[in-house]
Amino acid sequence: MTKEDCQKLVIDIIADIAPDEDLSAIKPEIRLRDQLQLDSMDFLDIVMELRKRHGIEVPEADYSHLASLESCAEYLTPKFPTKA
Amino acid sequence: MSGLAAGIRLAHFGKKVCIFERHNATGGLNGFYSFAGRKYDVGLHALTNYVSPGVKGTPLGKLLRQLRIDRDEFALCPQKQSRIAFRDCALKFTNEFAVLDAEVVEKFPAQAAGWRALVQLVRTYDDVALDAQPRSAREVVSRHLTDPLLTDMIFCPVMYYGSAQERDMDFGQFVIMFKALYLEGFARPLDGVRVILRVLLEKFRQAGGERRMQCGVAQIKEVQGRAAQLVLDNGEEITAHQVISSVGFAETMNLCVPPQTQAAAANTGNLSFVETISVFRRQPAEWGWGDDTIIFFNDAERFEYVHAREQVDLRSGVICFPNNFDYAGRNLSEGIFRVTCLANYARWAQLPEEIYQADKQRWFPEVVRSAQRFLPVVAPEVLAAAQLATDMFTPRTIKKFTGHLNGAIYGSPRKIRDGRTHLANLYLCGTDQGFLGIVGAMLSGISMANYHVLQGSTRG
Repeated sequence: MTKEDCQKLVIDIIADIAPDEDLSAIKPEIRLRDQLQLDSMDFLDIVMELRKRHGIEVPEADYSHLASLESCAEYLTPKFPTKA
Repeated sequence: MSGLAAGIRLAHFGKKVCIFERHNATGGLNGFYSFAGRKYDVGLHALTNYVSPGVKGTPLGKLLRQLRIDRDEFALCPQKQSRIAFRDCALKFTNEFAVLDAEVVEKFPAQAAGWRALVQLVRTYDDVALDAQPRSAREVVSRHLTDPLLTDMIFCPVMYYGSAQERDMDFGQFVIMFKALYLEGFARPLDGVRVILRVLLEKFRQAGGERRMQCGVAQIKEVQGRAAQLVLDNGEEITAHQVISSVGFAETMNLCVPPQTQAAAANTGNLSFVETISVFRRQPAEWGWGDDTIIFFNDAERFEYVHAREQVDLRSGVICFPNNFDYAGRNLSEGIFRVTCLANYARWAQLPEEIYQADKQRWFPEVVRSAQRFLPVVAPEVLAAAQLATDMFTPRTIKKFTGHLNGAIYGSPRKIRDGRTHLANLYLCGTDQGFLGIVGAMLSGISMANYHVLQGSTRG
């Protein structure tokens, strides 16, 4: 799992949660909230979908790591199991 | 409907969910029924909170996202226009707020500045905060509007479509309804509420949720401050980690063992309605009744939203023409004319069946006549000749089919915003949690599922 792959997974999740948002030009370094109309309910869904699809747990205290695509990748990539 | 929305959220995220429904039909007050070969919506006049595609950050968009519903699935058609019609004054409103704004400024020029300040306050008010403290809407509004007629006219639709309290309401509730009716708007699927229910049921099924129909919850047994067990109508016993009740606050308290009768009695609603439904072989437009989707009327000196003293309070009410939505060239095959008035539960509930039926027959034309005062004149014999069917619900009907004590349409006067009860794992959703209308019902279920079940499970 590279950080690029990880960003892609997060974008896939957002695309399902918020199909009415244009995700084609998201800047990875900028906060998602500043580019998209996402509220706390949507962020809860990102967390819940990460668990459902990839078995990854994000405790409430770590929600701030999900602010931008870059910070998501930084935080989440090590949580994916490395392939042998 | 709120319970279905909660169920979809929970099942989608892998929780084992079962919905218990006492009735044989789904949807509660937002359900539908068949009678003499026709399908009728129970209570729905219109879906409120309607916004055009592309408008973001509103309740409708939130609920579609949360339930993974494509907007087109609801097949919503916007209203034409609606009206607040009082004795000597009418205000038109549509799904474009500018129309109402212009009407108010034109008819109440001296109130314009106060009106604009009130609108600004509503727009910026956090109406969905789960920890909000109640404030009197009358008191807050009176700081901005001083004309009693304008005040009554603005309150009339807001109260009729959501207030469980007489004369006044919580300002948070007022803001929710103001946005839902005036800043957002009305819409309806051509085939009515069953379109929405069908989508919800399918989502719930796909997510793996289970439903048990004609299988009510008879008791919620408490052990050490928790809902330890549900006893069903058939005697079966069920255990669950968490229980969300959509039957109402007082109704839920009455199910608890040991009983919570005092808590229930202290917060039981008493505002109920009658509604007449007339089905015609002609479209309302043929009688000049084709412009207004919904009309909120009042003929009294002051608008009084109070527990009716008589069986029915004819002074005010709501007219709905389901035909008068913009169905893009299509329409319902028959004309439908619905009229709602405030009614007194006790005066309907106690009657022997024979007298009850006779009273329905007696009041039906009274209610229709009262509403016709606010419509272009059509001779009674013309209406009678075109009439195919009628139906009428009373407070007694509401109690019978929804279990709402006193037939209280909007439930308890004091809402429990955070949904908590005296039991640690028992929560409320639906009208007594305090989000209103059909969109509100669904958002209530969503919020309570998120807040009490899903969010809790991410707390590390």
